[in-house]
This record gives sequence, C-alpha cells and structure tokens, in this order.
Amino acid sequence: MKPAPFDYVRPRTLDDAVQALAGRPEAKVLAGGQSLVPLLSMRLAAPSLLVDINALPDLDHVRVDETGVRIGALARHAQVLADPEVRRVQPLVSLALANVAHPTIRNRGTTVGSLVHADAAAEMPMVIRLLEGSVEVAGPSGRRTIEAADLYLGPLESSLHHDEIAVEAFFPALPARTGVAFEEISRRHGDYAMCGVAALVTFDETGAISRVRAGYLSASDVPTVIDLSEPLADGITPASLAKAAAVALDQLDPETDIHATAAYRAHLVEVLTARVVTAAYDNAHQSTQE
Amino acid sequence: MSTEQLHRIRLQVNGVAHEVEVPARRLLSDALRHDLGLTGTHVGCEHGVCGACTILVDGTPMRSCLMFAVSAADSELTTVEGLANADGSLGPVQQAFRECHGLQCGFCTPGFLTTITAGIKENPSPTEDEAREMIAGNLCRCTGYQNIVKAVCRAAELAAEQSPSTGEPLS
Repeated sequence: MKPAPFDYVRPRTLDDAVQALAGRPEAKVLAGGQSLVPLLSMRLAAPSLLVDINALPDLDHVRVDETGVRIGALARHAQVLADPEVRRVQPLVSLALANVAHPTIRNRGTTVGSLVHADAAAEMPMVIRLLEGSVEVAGPSGRRTIEAADLYLGPLESSLHHDEIAVEAFFPALPARTGVAFEEISRRHGDYAMCGVAALVTFDETGAISRVRAGYLSASDVPTVIDLSEPLADGITPASLAKAAAVALDQLDPETDIHATAAYRAHLVEVLTARVVTAAYDNAHQSTQE
Repeated sequence: MSTEQLHRIRLQVNGVAHEVEVPARRLLSDALRHDLGLTGTHVGCEHGVCGACTILVDGTPMRSCLMFAVSAADSELTTVEGLANADGSLGPVQQAFRECHGLQCGFCTPGFLTTITAGIKENPSPTEDEAREMIAGNLCRCTGYQNIVKAVCRAAELAAEQSPSTGEPLS
C-alpha cells in the first residue's frame, strides 16, 4: 500500500507555495497529512504534486481575543485543544477537538487542514458551520475570506480553488446567554463517529429560549446545520425534543455503510438531538447564572 | 518509474544523523525500516489506525506511516531502538512491559513503547483510566490490554525512580 509517485516541493514562503500550485490543478497541499496520506496510500487520490507547507513561517498560531479564536494553518489539533483560552472563549472548539481521532493523530493533524478536507464525518467542519465562522485563504490574486456557510459544496469538496491555500480559520466567541454541547457515538473510541451532534442554545433577556441550532456529522454527505428554534420555542419537553428531532431528520440523509445502517443512524440522530440540545440548554442555564 | 526524482535528505534518528536519497512518496516508516535498517518500527495497517508504527517526532508521538520521510528532515526522531538507557539496559517502559507481561507476539509493542514513553512524561502518575486513554490509539490483538495498562502504571513508577529529582518529568 504505497502512494503513486508525485512531485514534491517544500516552499519557505507563502508566495512560493501559492506559486507552486499555479497551473497545477492536480496538486494537493500537505499540512498534517493525517487524512491525505491514507488517501494516497490507498490510491484513492493520486495528485501530480504535493506542496508541503510545513516549512512556512508564522502559520502555527492560536490567537484568542474576546471576538473569537484564530487558528493558523499549521496549528496542530493537540496544540489548539491544550489552549485554555480557546476553551474559555469558544468551548465548543475544545469539546469537539477532544473527539477528533486519537491523541497521536491530533499531534500531527491540523485543524485548518481538517476544515478544508471537508469530510462530512469529521467534527471540525460541522463545528465551524454551526458557529458561523470563516476561513481565510491565500491565492494568486491575494487573500479572501470564505464564510463557513459557503465553504462546503459536496462530499470532500470545499469551495477553495485549486491554487488557494487555507491560512487561518476563525471561530467566533460564544455569545452571551448561550450554551453548547457536543456528543458523538462511534463503534470504538477515536473512530469516525456513526453520528455526532453539536448544539447551541441561546436565551433572551427573560431567560426564554430565543435560538436553537444543531450541527450534524455523518448524517448527510456535507456538514449540516439545522435551526431548531421553532419546535423548541416553548421549552424543552420530551414532545418538543421529538418534534425537533423530526425536523432535523427531515433535512438529513443518513446513509448505510459498513459501520451502521441508515435506519440506525436516523435513530442516533433522534437520540443525540434530544440529549445534546438538553445538555446545551443546561449549559446555557449555568452560564446565565454565573 | 525509472525517472522518479530522488530527494537527498538528512534524517536525525536516536541522536544519529543519516543521509538518505528517497523518492518523495517514501513513507517515513519505510525510510526507517528499509533505508536505515531500523526494523524496530513495525508497520501494521499502514493507514494510521493500528499505532504499531508510532515514533516520537521531536518528542511527540506520531504515526510514521502517515508522514513522508522528506517531511521529517527538520525533526529529531526517536524510534523504539532509542528507548534503552545509555548503558544499554532496558528503559523504564521496556522494563515495565517485561515485568508486567505487557506483550505476547510483540508486533504492536514498539508503538506502545514510544506512545507510553511520551505519555508518562506528560502525565508522570497516570491513573488506570488515564493509562487506558493514553494507549487508546494503539491496537494489540494478543494481550487484551490488561497487562499493558499495568505496564503503563509500572513504567511511571520506574521512571520516577530513575529520575533524580522526583516529581520532575524526565527530560
């Protein structure tokens, strides 16, 4: 199981990296490689050129201020997960990262790389969509920002052009009176989840629910976010949670694979929607009382 | 494939520099085993699931089958061959595996040894649950993990005994 031959460059500047991609639509960017290298080894992908960005300077940052978390293209999952400021300003990033593969994979894999790999079974693409974040990319005509809502076009397909490199991701801070929760269910600890759900619950000034949104992984062929404010407007009850799960399932398309049947995944959507929305609601209560 | 370009790189492994010429697609695991003859690093699944090929890259456990040798040229690598004490005796993790019967066929062992070496530096006194979490990314088909978990806790004890200033992680 060896990759097919490819050309390889390891540029020292971002400009050189962008230039190396120009005119090579079959090229791929190599950051952590924890998803890309298996694809190459299994020959599911055979790029003509790898542009290794690991020697680029100043891309391994994790910067946190009160507006949110900015993660550079070479920041490893483990580095982001270990940052207490990230957890304070946007706890959902940390909650989700703890579920990304195993610690050894998180030591090499990058958060930005995971975002642009655009796997609907991965945690971080769903999280950036749910949090309405963005990704900054560098290309031949300069930089541009892609809103998370515009980032995913299809299975493993992002809206980056072939000659663009994602340089930074932005996850907005948790708004006031808002709670978060995350849970996924997998066959084995650290495996791809059969289904995963994250939720944001926001209260208004009176303490009533004003907004509920949930993100779903492995339940559709793209990372999917669903607004559940309407079914849950009158509060969290077994009946309203069941209605919310039905609204979610209506917009999802779970598929059968070797790990789970579509029917089982649909069941997990129902169970996890109720569980995670309830946990986010409780979390919002706690943070409102603090 | 006669025209495949070769890259001359320097790999720093267990404190020794090696010059090798490899194609860009050479997995780091294969460079260690085939180009350098360091066959202690084992290759199981070759797609990052089993953990047998885990080595330390600048002290941090990583899958050598998920890296290219050309990408590792700037890093200090430690393989299972580099885990023994300076006098050639077994290092604390190796000694603990021996005492606790933490291996049977031994195929997965190099990956466990490297992972645990870094793990007990980060957490010098792991609980049994923390030991399980530490090795959750490594598969063993023989032992049922019980004795490996015991070996993690024993390795932490041995490392603390060997470390001159107790409480300080080994450097």
